[in-house]
Amino acid sequence: MDDVFKALASPARRRLLDALRAHNGLTLRALCTHLDMSRQAVTQHLERLEQANLVATVRRGREKLHYLNPVPIHAIYERWIRKYDRRPLEALRDLKRRLEGEDDG
Amino acid sequence: MGKPEFVYVTYIATTPEKLWSALLDPNLTAQYWQHENVSDWKAGSKWEHRAFDGARTLRLVGRVVESKPPRRLVLTWAYPDDTVPEEKQSRVTFDLEPAGGVVRLTVTHENFQPESEMFDRIRNGWPKVLSSLKSLLETGRALPELW
Repeated sequence: MDDVFKALASPARRRLLDALRAHNGLTLRALCTHLDMSRQAVTQHLERLEQANLVATVRRGREKLHYLNPVPIHAIYERWIRKYDRRPLEALRDLKRRLEGEDDG
Repeated sequence: MGKPEFVYVTYIATTPEKLWSALLDPNLTAQYWQHENVSDWKAGSKWEHRAFDGARTLRLVGRVVESKPPRRLVLTWAYPDDTVPEEKQSRVTFDLEPAGGVVRLTVTHENFQPESEMFDRIRNGWPKVLSSLKSLLETGRALPELW
């Protein structure tokens, strides 16, 4: 679980996961274009995310495709959030968003 | 078939044999999935996914495309009232690989119909099912109130 928190502790890696959530199954090249980041930077971030099992990959022909793997995040949710009342937390989050505008979480 | 829509990976401290039976044994799926998976699990056979309630409501149906215990299981995955031909139904692959004392389980779900209602439903479903499966095999307790 340490790996998961460390991997998530980077705005660039969170952006990368957001890109995969919107377009699952991207190649490295497509990810670089989406994120406007260098190939080297994206490669390094992907390594950290794969290590934390937040990104899963499959090979199709010559291409390596990257997928958002939310299973470890679900484990965090189960451990710390679901046990408490989810609805008051959601109400607070919505209030914060309305008052402050959207942020990157 | 194009590229898969979803790929999920989880590492579970168990053996491939135990994980295999957890995917197929209705008594075990009832515990962590709150549904029974029912079939003889031979390639070509039909399988059913029924709610573990009094009515045993039929929720999903499909066919066993490939079965290589305890490594790989491929199923078609459709709603009971689905009218599309079998080759156009969505498809789920379970790959089980030993990985340093634990088992790496990869679930690949692909071949969705455009605008499919299933797409949104399964997006929330798989992470829950896999967390609950992991919890059952590692601690003996599945997650409560999954759905």
